[in-house]
Amino acid sequence: MDILTLFVVVPVITVLIMVLFTKDLKQARMVTLVGMLVQLLMSINLIVKYMEARGSGNHAIMLFEKNIPWFTEFNANYHIGVDGVSVLMILLTTLIVIAGTFVSWKIEYLPKEFFISLIVLATGVYGFFISLDLFTMFVFYEIAVIPMYLLIGIWGSGPREYAAMKLTLMLMGASALLLVALLGIYFTSASGGQSPTFDVLELANRHMDVQWQKIFYPLAFIGFGTIGALFPFHTWSPDGHASAPTAVSMLHAGVLMKLGGYGIFRFAMFLMPEGALFWQDFFLILAVTGVTYGALSAIQQTDLKYINAYSSVSHLGLVLFALLMINKTAWNGAMLQSLSHGFITALFFALIGMIYGRTHVRDITKMQGMMRIVPFLSVAYVIAALANLGLPGFSGFVAEMNIFVGGFLNNDLYKQILTGLAVTSIVVTAVYMLRLTGRMIFGPTTKIYTNLPKAYWYEKTAIALLVLFITLIGTIPFWWLQFIQDSVNNFIQPLIK
Amino acid sequence: MNLDSLMLMRDELLLTLIILVVLIAEIILSPKNKKYIIQLALGLFGIYTIVSFIPLPKGSLFGGSYQTYPLVHYFKAILATGVFLILLQSVSWIKEKLLPYDFTAEFFILLFASLLGLNFMMSAGDFLMFYLGLELSTMPIIALTTFEFWNHRSIEAGVKYVMLASLSSAILLFGVSLVYATAGSINFDVIKGALHLPLLEIIGLIMIFIGIGFKISLVPFHFWAADVYEGAPTVISNYLSVISKGAAVYVLMTLLFITFTAFQKEWNWIMYGTAILTMVVGNLFALRQQNMKRFLAFSSIAQAGFILLAMLSNNALGVKAIVYFLLVYIFSNVAAFGVVHVISLKSGKENIDDYNGLYISNPKLSLVLMIALFSLAGIPPVAGFFAKFFLYTAAASKGYYVLIFIAVLNVTISLYYYLLPVRAAFLRRSENPIPYFKSDNYSRIAFIITMIGLLVLGLYSGVFEFISNISNIL
Repeated sequence: MDILTLFVVVPVITVLIMVLFTKDLKQARMVTLVGMLVQLLMSINLIVKYMEARGSGNHAIMLFEKNIPWFTEFNANYHIGVDGVSVLMILLTTLIVIAGTFVSWKIEYLPKEFFISLIVLATGVYGFFISLDLFTMFVFYEIAVIPMYLLIGIWGSGPREYAAMKLTLMLMGASALLLVALLGIYFTSASGGQSPTFDVLELANRHMDVQWQKIFYPLAFIGFGTIGALFPFHTWSPDGHASAPTAVSMLHAGVLMKLGGYGIFRFAMFLMPEGALFWQDFFLILAVTGVTYGALSAIQQTDLKYINAYSSVSHLGLVLFALLMINKTAWNGAMLQSLSHGFITALFFALIGMIYGRTHVRDITKMQGMMRIVPFLSVAYVIAALANLGLPGFSGFVAEMNIFVGGFLNNDLYKQILTGLAVTSIVVTAVYMLRLTGRMIFGPTTKIYTNLPKAYWYEKTAIALLVLFITLIGTIPFWWLQFIQDSVNNFIQPLIK
Repeated sequence: MNLDSLMLMRDELLLTLIILVVLIAEIILSPKNKKYIIQLALGLFGIYTIVSFIPLPKGSLFGGSYQTYPLVHYFKAILATGVFLILLQSVSWIKEKLLPYDFTAEFFILLFASLLGLNFMMSAGDFLMFYLGLELSTMPIIALTTFEFWNHRSIEAGVKYVMLASLSSAILLFGVSLVYATAGSINFDVIKGALHLPLLEIIGLIMIFIGIGFKISLVPFHFWAADVYEGAPTVISNYLSVISKGAAVYVLMTLLFITFTAFQKEWNWIMYGTAILTMVVGNLFALRQQNMKRFLAFSSIAQAGFILLAMLSNNALGVKAIVYFLLVYIFSNVAAFGVVHVISLKSGKENIDDYNGLYISNPKLSLVLMIALFSLAGIPPVAGFFAKFFLYTAAASKGYYVLIFIAVLNVTISLYYYLLPVRAAFLRRSENPIPYFKSDNYSRIAFIITMIGLLVLGLYSGVFEFISNISNIL
């Protein structure tokens, strides 16, 4: 079996083992952890193999391709392959799920089902990142979305039913738009006597008719954009985050929302370049609105989870913004931001979950001086906050640097003004992050919380893992950028001719 | 005509034989041995189901009024499988409710007779055979809907069904006579060559469409569905919603794609409007339902709307998509109805709210319900997703993107109500959930088969390829 299909098969085997043999929390989490560690080894192996292949002068767009016929009637194949960006995304997914497993170490209610849903979600995400066929991609996309309903609905808090339903319906509605776009791409590829195809690389060669591109591109963009928190289709995300259990928030913000930017990068813009240029200005407005609106909304919030949810809207808006700028620097930044935001938000949500687990309060006005009570968590929170506002040395800085430089590289005034507007989000982010840390972490201690337990070993493991990667991206960005550039250079070609 | 050519009717002959055997068993068995009729009928029908998968050559009988070819033959086998699954689920119901009244044999005879009628209807080569089949399939169902005669709702359902069914078949018959008046024949092949597009033929076609649309429960001919499904025994609701509907869809497809293909422009706008209406009305009504049987009734109306998407294509892709969808739909709906049936039989509860906390008390049953509903909603990796996807593909092949857009919006709406029972079973916690119970072995087998079917049919493309290979009927 090829090394990519294993990413789908190993989780499925893990799920089967869990279904058949595990009984309680201890067994379930051990099986999950072992399964995830196997996947971590596989991701590292994939990175090594990838570097070997590129090092030995293999310049194919996609590596480790495999094309197995599925529904031959429709030319829908199980076509998989990876390039630099997908390799990194797979690594991100693995790490976030591992961190999520540690964070959910003590989950009490239906633990087995919880971990199974978590793994199913990860399977869908892996499949999405390796797909090179629109049909396969769509199947995996929906597999990734639907476990969220159960994860938020069963293990969530607050208005969990409402949040779960809203999230599922909005994401499925978005996927419905996407579906129309996919069918459009599929059937318009049939011109010239060729049979229609779902194959991404093949479709790129066929050059979709420009008129059709203009019709189907916005459907695809909004379809992917919704899961990437595109304003005004982002409303599912804050509610979803707020109600979701910790590990699910991490996965949700850290991985699932990345599907949006990735899908636009890999499928929508690559297959419909003229459509992308035609709609560029319009969607830029939405993206910039999302960036500033998300940041400003975060100021208003007092619930820790809502603050981060809106912060996510703002930072993922930057991903879409950068993609819409259509130049290499901005795109490098977009992909780097996807990664960086994945780790930072996961860290945030992990910490929020841990703090909430101790104080049972998420309202920042109700707790103060956490540094003296839970020093480890507080230090980690400060790190996350600094990384989030883009302090040099952490991943956020390099990503946003690339994005804004890329934005200003455009010669026309319109885009430069919009970039200027987007840059203000940095300041706003600094405002709410610093205010939050100042109020919650430092200052006099709230009396009722003085006897809270210190961080447990599994919590420390999860935090250390995430902080490690945030600093790794921040300190050696060129190592990560070599992967990203490899794929950006190929995928931006149709757009900058 | 010799014995060999009569073998073309193998399925129908076998079914008639089974009916006779059950009838004789009813006569000769003493009252205390009546319970063995269940095993006998089930066993015989099981054998019939397996035999029906043995290939048959293409051919026609009785001067072309009976026709068989691989696609219709395998579709009969699919229906037989569906009926077999329904029978497996109904064993405990029969034992509990029908045996004391000594209605066991009648149940089987009527059900098999109805299936026989459907088989003839699908194999019909002219309107006479078609109408005979239609009536043979409808009459027993009327009796069967009233089988829970101690329940006034069941009687009401029967009365409603008999009124509307006779009205619809009268309209259909009128349509047939109009077509006959202009084309000069009731034979499908002759009609196909003799259509000249006068107004009478169009009106005739519309009337035939109404007659069949009633069986498929298309909007606006759907009013009977919810009441009948709710009142009739769950087994019969199940049968109505998948088997009888599936056969009617098949017949509509062959009539439109083959016999009336020349009228495509004319019936396309009818299909277009009916598809939108059926999807929207089915969905909007399903949103508000509390009773699971009514809920599934409206859901099955909405599903019929989706089938019409592929009807618009009028090409081989449409045939494949429709037949594959029906196959998957049978598995999904049989499973969903099966869960409702088992729960209703054990606890008498049929409302969605009663399902609160079901996962804690009956995890396996809840999983079956969830997978079946996900399949109906079209969520991968369950087969329903692929089936719906192919329906869209068929419609998109003729460029109906706006209609697909409306359809996918409807899928999103439908997802909401398909998630309601899932929400009740998985998300909600209840003080007094439906207590744990073990369902009987027969229904367990049925559930296992449907679950395997729902997972295999989608992920393994072989079944679709097979249907695709035999779908060259145009």
